[in-house]
Amino acid sequence: MILHDLISFDILRVIWWALLGVLLIGFALTDGFDLGVGALLPFVGKSDTERRVIINTIGPIWEGNQVWFILGGGAIFAAWPTLYAVSFSGFYLAMFLVLAALILRPVGFKYRSKREGAAWRTTWDWALFVGGAVPALIFGVAVGNVLQGVPFYLTPDMLMPMYEGNSIMKLLGLLNPYALLAGVVSLSMLLMHGSAWLGLKTEGVIADRARRIGSIAGIVAALSYALAGLWLAFGIEGYQIVGEVVKDGPSNPLFSEVIRGGSWMDAYATRPWIAVAPIMGFVGIALAVMGLRAGREVSTLLFSKLAIFGIISSVGLTMFPFILPSTVDPSSSLTVWDSSSSHLTLFVMLVCAVIFMPLILAYTSWVYKVLWGKVTEDDVTQNTQSY
Amino acid sequence: MEFGLVELSRLQFAMTALYHFLFVPLTLGLSIIVAIMETVYVMTGRPIWRQMTKFWGTLFGINFVLGVATGITMEFQFGMNWSYYSHYVGDIFGAPLAIEGLMAFFLEATFVGLFFFGWDKLSRTAHLVVAWLVAIGSNFSALWILIANGWMQNPVGAEFNPDTMRMEMTNFFEVMFNEVAQAKFVHTVSAGYVTASVFVLGVSAWYLLKGRHTELARRSIAIASAFGLAAALSVVVLGDESGYSASHTQKMKLAAIEAMWETHDAPAPFTLIGFPDKEARETHYAIEIPYVMGLIGTRSLTEEIPGIDQLVAESKDKVRSGIIAYDALMAIRSERDATPPEVRATFEEHSEDLGYALLLKRYVDDPRDATEAQIQLAADDTVPGVWPIFWAFRIMVGLGFSFIAVMAFFFYRASFKGMQFPRWALRLGVIIIPTPWIAAELGWFVAEFGRQPWTVDGILPTALSASNLSITDLLITLTGFVVFYTALFIVEMGLMLKYIKKGPYMDVEETDKWMERHSHRLRTHDGQGPFAETPAE
Repeated sequence: MILHDLISFDILRVIWWALLGVLLIGFALTDGFDLGVGALLPFVGKSDTERRVIINTIGPIWEGNQVWFILGGGAIFAAWPTLYAVSFSGFYLAMFLVLAALILRPVGFKYRSKREGAAWRTTWDWALFVGGAVPALIFGVAVGNVLQGVPFYLTPDMLMPMYEGNSIMKLLGLLNPYALLAGVVSLSMLLMHGSAWLGLKTEGVIADRARRIGSIAGIVAALSYALAGLWLAFGIEGYQIVGEVVKDGPSNPLFSEVIRGGSWMDAYATRPWIAVAPIMGFVGIALAVMGLRAGREVSTLLFSKLAIFGIISSVGLTMFPFILPSTVDPSSSLTVWDSSSSHLTLFVMLVCAVIFMPLILAYTSWVYKVLWGKVTEDDVTQNTQSY
Repeated sequence: MEFGLVELSRLQFAMTALYHFLFVPLTLGLSIIVAIMETVYVMTGRPIWRQMTKFWGTLFGINFVLGVATGITMEFQFGMNWSYYSHYVGDIFGAPLAIEGLMAFFLEATFVGLFFFGWDKLSRTAHLVVAWLVAIGSNFSALWILIANGWMQNPVGAEFNPDTMRMEMTNFFEVMFNEVAQAKFVHTVSAGYVTASVFVLGVSAWYLLKGRHTELARRSIAIASAFGLAAALSVVVLGDESGYSASHTQKMKLAAIEAMWETHDAPAPFTLIGFPDKEARETHYAIEIPYVMGLIGTRSLTEEIPGIDQLVAESKDKVRSGIIAYDALMAIRSERDATPPEVRATFEEHSEDLGYALLLKRYVDDPRDATEAQIQLAADDTVPGVWPIFWAFRIMVGLGFSFIAVMAFFFYRASFKGMQFPRWALRLGVIIIPTPWIAAELGWFVAEFGRQPWTVDGILPTALSASNLSITDLLITLTGFVVFYTALFIVEMGLMLKYIKKGPYMDVEETDKWMERHSHRLRTHDGQGPFAETPAE
């Protein structure tokens, strides 16, 4: 096939790096409020009917939203196979916890309403809490670890991914102070997002409680994000590629030399425009918190989305071109230039994405439009199909 | 790599994949049956069909949710437990998985919520379209997953790249239109249709036996038996297509399924039953049907099907050729651009056997140091466990043929005998509910256990594919999955049974009133109940 030469390899790599960001952000913007709502459920809803209202705000859409996560996994596999191989096996037990928590969620939504008993329903309420809070926390913890580097290396003969450390100790190693701080950022950010959603979709006491918790979560998110930034600037060493950077070479991380040195924040000196990302993060949070306090609905959700967009893209832009740095063998670090799929695969996948992403956005918007409007206590008690 | 790690990783993958496939076939088939029922509702406007759609839709929903939940595990498990596999073939294998998400899974997951919540928010036609989109999405999902799986069985459209030390895609269309993938796709979705048909038929038969919800049950049997008969016929015919494609793409698997130790003069006989003995290289007490195997496998009377012994001898040659490729590869890796062209040429010539040299990694670090005995061991390893595949295949095929008989009988009674079903047949319908699941799981077992010792046939050995985890890691997650999945299974079965016992509970008043008004037109033609004994001829 010749067609794929239409777009050069290095440009395709940058496009797929950006698309990786789009998928992660898409996941955080949509399924993010599902996670937040799950984590808020036991605190915002006091009675069974209140909790049913909360669950039914996301009942018809969480399934589609969660596909952003599945698709994220698939796209990393297809476009960044080495990243897929190294990260998910490196974060093995943490990933297992995420999977277990995420599996609880669909089951909780669907099965909670199928029996009446209080014990049955309370059990699923907490299952939904775990299913929301644990992934929200662990995704942040994972990002915190990526920024510090991960103890892996690739064997010189076969490029086989290897890790330092062992099972439980490896998991505990992931839970270091900086990573936990990053976990607080993501958890509080998604709590804010979840409450912005509840502010839009519910009314009365439920919306009031959600907004109160949400504005506190927003303030926590802003403070922890700022602290994480300062820590990154002064407490964590960055990574640099040594010598000439080959952007369209074969995807073999060992072909380039990488050393630790400088700071991740140096990126803001060489590419000052990327500062727009953290600014969006802070401004988004500030406006969302004000919106929550003032009881504004649609705009609050949009500002919350802006905040998430800014925060997640600030991580990617700060690290560029690094994707997954290695602490034990910096030259094994994965970068945009050496851990992608082949030229042809990236091109084929881009064609598929260009065809299907607009379709997905179109029909997803249509579904949201059909379901537009507040969910009330009357709705859930009268509709036999509701959760 | 620690001893036992690969075995534990395989056990975990087999367990989670087989568990996932408890829910998938019912999703594939029931999504279509429900959409057919809703189509009848929209076309006729009869409320009973809406009630049927909602009732079977409820059971579909309970099942669907666990299919989705356990599918999350599948999407990430390649990276978690099979990291070298993911690195080595992700360039090809990842693409269909990602396209599945883009094209199919997004579709079904986005619309499934609207299917349940949209009854009052959408027009009849719009809701019907939603139901069909869910069904189409589910079935497209299966297509892309089987394209990925088909590539593991028959790795076309790719070649090894020494610079990146992995397989890379050379032709996307070859991967997409891989004949093994296409044959497996139609076979697998048909199996899903049979599963759902048997399920709907069995549950309805139970209602008829109890004398409950008879109107719903009779109509459901009419749909399920017609759909199920077509599906049961295609699952057998298309399974045969799968067998035919295996005869030239996966010779060893086919030889193992048939326990054909030696190459037989064409056309080879089919061993109906027997007791394969890997040590003695023969099948004890074999009952053979002459010519049949040759006809199925090659569709000719003259073409030979190679036996296991001959294939092992061929594998041995490939191991030797693979060692030459490995040697050239190591030279290319150290010299890179300065590699002499003749070394590159040697590599090109032998590169397709590189995987056979990697089989030696189990016995020796550097395949070039392999002894004659180790080469023999590697060649022997290319034979999968024969008797489990031999028997699993026969049970699957036996069940497949019996589904045709059952569906044909119910279809005949539903179409030509005024919906009267003898009680023995209804009891049989209830009893066979679990059997399509057994057939489907055995089918996967034959396909995947029969692919051993490879994860990707002839390219990458299973022993090399696993992540470098510790035994403790595996024991923690394996225990976690067993406990967690067992609990979910109990909850799922409990809810399924609860909602089957409960029967249709939506739109009851409206449907009953309508039935009352139209009862004179709806009675069976001889005025007897729907499950009366057949009158003597």
